[in-house]
Amino acid sequence: MSEMTPKTLYDKLWDTHEVTQMKDGTSLLYIDRHILHEVTSAQAFQGLRDNSRKPWRPDSCIATPDHNVPTTGRHSGVGGISDPVSKIQILALDSNCAEFGVREYKLNDIRQGIVHVIGPEQGLTLPGMTLVCGDSHTSTHGAFAVLAQGIGTSDVEHVLATQCLAQKKFGNMLIKIDGELGQGVSAKDMILYIIGKIGTAGATGMAIEFSGTAITALSMEGRMTICNMAIEAGSRIGLIAYDQVTFDYLRGRDHSPKGDDESQARQSWEKLHSDPGAKFDAVFEFDAAHISPHVSWGTSPEMVIPINGKVPDPAEQSEEEVREDYSQALKYMGLNAGQKITDVQLDRVFVGSCTNSRIEDIRSVAEIVKGKSVAKTIKQALVVPGSGLVKQQAEAEGLDKVLIDAGFEWRDPGCSMCVAINSDKSLPGEHCASTSNRNFEGRQGHGSRTHLVSPQMAAAAAVAGHFVDIREII
Amino acid sequence: MTMEAFQSHSGLVIPFNRANIDTDAMLPKQYLKSILKTGYGDWLFDGLRYLDEGDVNTVTSTRRINPEFVLNLPRFLGGSILVAGENFGCGSSREHAPWALRDFGIKVVIAPSFADIFYNNCCKNGVLPVQLGSRTVATIIEEVEAIEGYEMKVDLEGKTISLPDGKSINFEIDESLRQQLLFGLDTISLTMEYKKDILEYEAKHRKAAPWLFDNSLS
Repeated sequence: MSEMTPKTLYDKLWDTHEVTQMKDGTSLLYIDRHILHEVTSAQAFQGLRDNSRKPWRPDSCIATPDHNVPTTGRHSGVGGISDPVSKIQILALDSNCAEFGVREYKLNDIRQGIVHVIGPEQGLTLPGMTLVCGDSHTSTHGAFAVLAQGIGTSDVEHVLATQCLAQKKFGNMLIKIDGELGQGVSAKDMILYIIGKIGTAGATGMAIEFSGTAITALSMEGRMTICNMAIEAGSRIGLIAYDQVTFDYLRGRDHSPKGDDESQARQSWEKLHSDPGAKFDAVFEFDAAHISPHVSWGTSPEMVIPINGKVPDPAEQSEEEVREDYSQALKYMGLNAGQKITDVQLDRVFVGSCTNSRIEDIRSVAEIVKGKSVAKTIKQALVVPGSGLVKQQAEAEGLDKVLIDAGFEWRDPGCSMCVAINSDKSLPGEHCASTSNRNFEGRQGHGSRTHLVSPQMAAAAAVAGHFVDIREII
Repeated sequence: MTMEAFQSHSGLVIPFNRANIDTDAMLPKQYLKSILKTGYGDWLFDGLRYLDEGDVNTVTSTRRINPEFVLNLPRFLGGSILVAGENFGCGSSREHAPWALRDFGIKVVIAPSFADIFYNNCCKNGVLPVQLGSRTVATIIEEVEAIEGYEMKVDLEGKTISLPDGKSINFEIDESLRQQLLFGLDTISLTMEYKKDILEYEAKHRKAAPWLFDNSLS
């Protein structure tokens, strides 16, 4: 390919990291950053041990426990974990990191938090990188023009041992959203809307690049929310071009380049965008002005409707398979076709997860609930910050007090009720307004019923006890 | 990290006629607390297979079986080939999901489409994902539901599926994954054959982008 051929951002990141193509046509992609957590790493470390292997470049790795940590009693560290099985898993991460020379932000470290929050926060996620983690929401880091993707445990072991991922290149997909978002409509609503349009398998085998004026207008937090859920559209990779917003976010962070390194890095970062005329295998275009606040009604992230919409009728779907899926989803969710989504009575509210647990998310919740109270019918309203530093920042701004006064519980950082491995969960049959990313059956607890929404929508729902159109109250 | 080899397999077919079967459904969250790589078979499709909620410490024999779930139907007991709807394995990257399939005894999963990460994870654990056209899959599911004791043979060497009526279906699979599965190759060893290339690339990359080699983590 000539140097003049216009390239997509994904092409550029791929080309600068492709070590070689192996005999069988698979490429070796060099990995700059590897983030590890307790749930998908123990078996990989054991694999290294079994084969007397060592990590190729421990200094490219950072580990933290997040999926299976309690969100209370953090000051006691590992000693504060009451579940003995969970404690073993956290201790295994500690000892594996010590044995293999991997830096870890331990449970009571202020820098501990959700893997996809702490990478960017520490400047460990940098434009132009390749990054992997044993978690599908690793696509989040693509917001920084990073070729970031989730991998399984076998690949965690492979990357530890070889610094490379053996992979074939994906196709290029462009999702362009121009125009202005309406008041009260957020990045979360944009991505739910997109998934609703293209489906959960819409981008399988593709690397998505999100572009357009509605994307560039977003903060880094908003951009991370968008890329985070690329996987819910079927793509392992969600990318956004580098710009001044990216640079400003990263400047001065602990591991961001400084001095001469910074100016050299910045020069190379300026190229991290798709060239005019670059070829995409698939293109979708949307108008931001058409996007309303969204709520998921079913058991797949593509089952979403605008806040003023009604739960769909399976009988009105043209495909037999869709009719069956919809009927099954309605049954599980305890909803009726044609029901207004605003009529669903909620039991719990969860604000957190790698999708929406950053400072901007917590600020937006606090702004809406300030001086108000969580409805009496809500059994629990949780706010779980994404990291120790997010928590500290929120407390410095007095947001914790606003939330607690309104009746929210203010917790310690972790994945919490998004994945419900720890004790934070919904009970069977309970409806939960959640800022997380997956509404699968049982995701937030056995028999739990999840409704995915933005932080603003979750906040307003907590106060009302049911979903409300955020545009009518701000 | 030697892969489990897969040459060919004959077995009873289980129809699971649902699209978007996610990895949370295959192996629910509470079992992700285990730090082992085996022992997940009893928990495969846990939320659907049992009426009560289990945990890593629950004794399986004490649990209440959901008699309506396909894996529990007497006619499908001992099945080792799963046929399902599109986008199989979507969601979480947890390799615990293919570990659960493998430990349960599932050798082959047939679907019109698979989620990327799951597909790759299956190949790493000797579970063969076979992608077929959605009409073909629908026909197989209909036949399996209609005919008691429906068995098929899946041959990776010849990339064919032999049906009970004597017909056969060809399928495609990435050639490198096919080789890895056929011979149970250790992918780390395969990559290490290119160690010199990796070292050369790394030296060049370090020079071009020194800020990516922040040694403050070492």
